[in-house]
Amino acid sequence: MVSLSEKKQGYSGEPYLSVTGLKKYFPVGRRSLTGKGAVVKAVDGISFQLKKGQILGLVGESGCGKTTTGRTILRLIEPTDGNIVFDGMDVTHTRDMKALRKKMQFVFQDPYSSLNPRMSIFRILKEPLDNFMGHMSRSDKKDLVVQTLQTVGLTADHMGRFPHEFSGGQRQRVALARSLVCSPELMVCDEPVSALDVSIQAQVINLLKRLKQEYNLSMVFIAHDLAVVEHLCDPIAVMYLGGIVEISPKEELYSSPLHPYTQALLSAVPIPDPVLERQRKVQLLTGDVPSPLNAPSGCTFHPRCPLAGEECRLQRPQLVEIRPGHSAACFKAASP
Amino acid sequence: MPDNFENISGKIRTPILEVRDLSVSFHLLEGVIPAVAGVDMVLNQGEVLGVVGESGCGKSVTAKSVLRIIPCPPGSIDSGTAMFEDRNLLELTEAEMEGVRGNKISMIFQEPMTSLNPAFTVGDQIAEVFRFHRGMKKREAFERAVEELRRVEIPDPAKRARSYPHQLSGGMRQRAMIAIALACRPRILIADEPTTALDVTIQAQILNLMGQLQTDIGMSIILITHNLGVVASIADRVVIMYAGRVVEEGTIDDIFACHHHPYTHGLLRSVPRLDRPSEDLQEIKGIVPKLNDLPRGCAFSNRCDYVMEQCRQREPVFKPIGSGHKSRCWLENRPW
Repeated sequence: MVSLSEKKQGYSGEPYLSVTGLKKYFPVGRRSLTGKGAVVKAVDGISFQLKKGQILGLVGESGCGKTTTGRTILRLIEPTDGNIVFDGMDVTHTRDMKALRKKMQFVFQDPYSSLNPRMSIFRILKEPLDNFMGHMSRSDKKDLVVQTLQTVGLTADHMGRFPHEFSGGQRQRVALARSLVCSPELMVCDEPVSALDVSIQAQVINLLKRLKQEYNLSMVFIAHDLAVVEHLCDPIAVMYLGGIVEISPKEELYSSPLHPYTQALLSAVPIPDPVLERQRKVQLLTGDVPSPLNAPSGCTFHPRCPLAGEECRLQRPQLVEIRPGHSAACFKAASP
Repeated sequence: MPDNFENISGKIRTPILEVRDLSVSFHLLEGVIPAVAGVDMVLNQGEVLGVVGESGCGKSVTAKSVLRIIPCPPGSIDSGTAMFEDRNLLELTEAEMEGVRGNKISMIFQEPMTSLNPAFTVGDQIAEVFRFHRGMKKREAFERAVEELRRVEIPDPAKRARSYPHQLSGGMRQRAMIAIALACRPRILIADEPTTALDVTIQAQILNLMGQLQTDIGMSIILITHNLGVVASIADRVVIMYAGRVVEEGTIDDIFACHHHPYTHGLLRSVPRLDRPSEDLQEIKGIVPKLNDLPRGCAFSNRCDYVMEQCRQREPVFKPIGSGHKSRCWLENRPW
């Protein structure tokens, strides 16, 4: 029987997942005769690297392109441009995506819509095994399903039940088990805890932490909650309007954020402690996130930025390393 | 909001809304669901009362019962009183209630897209309030609507008043909802998860706006939320609900610094916090029980770390443990 924990251990210095200049443009409206229509630049040239065993946090507000990025990494949607290399293999141009999918799994935000209501938990978990591990015998598959269910804190008794018999937190455990059952090496989790209640959210965060340790999993963890990301991820990338504005090791991002957007975002998170709340200074941003259909010129953040100057309106800042491992896309942060 | 809090704590507390022994149940195919079971809640003049709990704990049902917008059937208000301006809201006729709703007590909802009418412009929907409650003519009401939009800091209000809800961003829609709710300068605003669907930076804007308007208009707010950070930032007093019951009530300092109920304790320790980085999250074990299948005795007994024999026998009484601080627990002293 294949044991889930028989995984390669140890870190290597080489990036395990490397994304370079990733772009995803969605066409909108009718195309003109010249073939050029309006596009939404959902993801506009982002690059990052992930080492084995790391959890990269991808944070940003709605519409910043974090989900599109996650889906493009697994080619659930085709990238417009850019390169994705996973464990030495070119994801963007491979013709054998099925072999890669076994190693790369996705966990969706809403456990109510991501599980087929007409399939029992056993069938939900067996499907990836049928798909990727056809050579296994039926009893081996069953053993593996039971083992995986126990790993995520469910029992063999749950196998015959259907998704509607479970609470939100339990469903998310089933969704995690479905992703884990064929021993992936990379998991992309798209807001896996935002649909859950606080007490259940803590259970799932602790479970993800444990799974990462046990299986030496690498993860891309997409979230909008900075406090959740802080508990789980290192390094962390902050996205705004289709681009990464700052990427940094965890401690540094929270103690000394460089980009004005990150600073505003961190100051906006309310602290569950009235004494600290009375001292907290919120850096209120004016206005809303602009539409990606009509992104501002230059630095996309300049209309809301308290520091914006002339060059910010004209030129788009590149992501530059300002401290070791800590990069920001901001002219003001680069030349203080 | 330090100044705000100081003002209110200095005032003499006069109750404006007193809910006593409210019980609401839903008669569904799977049986009778006791959604709210004997809730007592007092809202004082000029204060912000935070109502905290996880989904299904009865916080929204309590608020909707006060405004009598529970669909009956399947819902039914089984017992209780809600005294407002010397009248029991639960006994008023429908015509009398119409004079209260949106006029003296207003409500805003979580998802502003579904609570605004997509077929009318934002301006028309605010004007409707003035025409209905103040008997204004169409043009005059629309002019007032523009004023109200300016008050909630929507840029270019004259143009925005002619926009339909889908043309506005989430933050703008919530501002428009607030404008509708506050049009008649109500004495009480019930805000049901007003910032849950919004991004953090927009949440900070909306909370700031609500705080400002509260001092301007001098109204009282019932803020329903599951986010303890939001409560800590604007509430004066907090009510914690679990399984249709109030389990603890106190000032924000009581609740955050010297809470007495194990559920409050568990809730506070399960929230990831930015001010305490990398601290392990303490989960509350188990799941929220079904309301028609509660454990015997205390509703929290099957998940409680400090459960005693008598907790499984008898439901604890809601007893005072300090001035204005009450808890529904058999424990004499805090064990943490």
